[in-house]
Amino acid sequence: MKQTKLKIGDLAKVRDRVRRTAALRQGKARAKITVHMGTCGIAAGARDILSVLLEEIRMKKLDDVIVSTSGCAGLCSREPMATVEITGKPPIKYVDLTREKIKKILDQHVINGKTVSDYALAVGSEMTH
Amino acid sequence: MRCGTRYAMKTAAVSCWRNDLDDLSLHVLDILENSTAAGATEIEVRINEDIDENLFTIEIEDNGKGMDQLNLSQSRDPFFTTKDTRRVGLGLSMLAQACGEAGGNLEIRSEPGRGTVIKASFVYRHIDRKPLGSMAETIAALIAGSAGAVRLVYRHCRGNREFIFDTAEITKTLDGVAINHPEILSFIKEAIESGLESLSERSNG
Repeated sequence: MKQTKLKIGDLAKVRDRVRRTAALRQGKARAKITVHMGTCGIAAGARDILSVLLEEIRMKKLDDVIVSTSGCAGLCSREPMATVEITGKPPIKYVDLTREKIKKILDQHVINGKTVSDYALAVGSEMTH
Repeated sequence: MRCGTRYAMKTAAVSCWRNDLDDLSLHVLDILENSTAAGATEIEVRINEDIDENLFTIEIEDNGKGMDQLNLSQSRDPFFTTKDTRRVGLGLSMLAQACGEAGGNLEIRSEPGRGTVIKASFVYRHIDRKPLGSMAETIAALIAGSAGAVRLVYRHCRGNREFIFDTAEITKTLDGVAINHPEILSFIKEAIESGLESLSERSNG
């Protein structure tokens, strides 16, 4: 059996680069994005949404944004879903995501602080007039 | 709330029937999510492409909380779940379905307090065997979600070649830098892709 191990050489370089930029940031993350990764989410494309999100955050060098995953939120028919939490603001749940939608949410909500109402699960509640 | 649950149940059952997990790496991610939800701190994924024997196997072993006999016997039933967000389970039943469609089967061994071993087998060249898809993305997704709380070993054999990936090695080299940083995840993804490519290179013995 011929074994191949991970080529670890370049990891030290990446580590040092990350360490330099991370040192610039003091304090906690400003935003957290949770991608729902239950069976329903995965079947609807959640892994793809996560990949796009991570790649965008990497390219835009957003060092104050955390990405995480969670399980099924009970709204399987509206997957893929993601929840955006900005420190001090109520969490917003986005539904029926696509690659384009998550990019827009990152730019408009996470970076510029404006909720993308069109993609949110609900805005306000029970207004009757 | 009850209305929402009922609606979710209906649509979830429909997608179970359609089986939207298009490739096996998505099934693997789904099982890995089960393992982390079961509190696993160590997970090993073993994929074996035994071309000579025309056999494809995927084994996932974790040290999570495991299942008792009752849960184990029901785990393949799509209408069984232990979670409270929806009233149907889907993951294992869909994997069992994918195995069955490709001439294989799904074995589940589990012991409360010890962990669970899932073994999915398929006829390698069966026309209905789903493609593997991107294991690099699946591994990166698990690491992004577990943020270093899980040690993951991934071994992939094809013929007489084996690729081994171990997050413990990465963590050691990272020396305190977060493994779920997007730059690190991007490195991991590329490293796994090139590692798996090396399995296809022509071997001289």
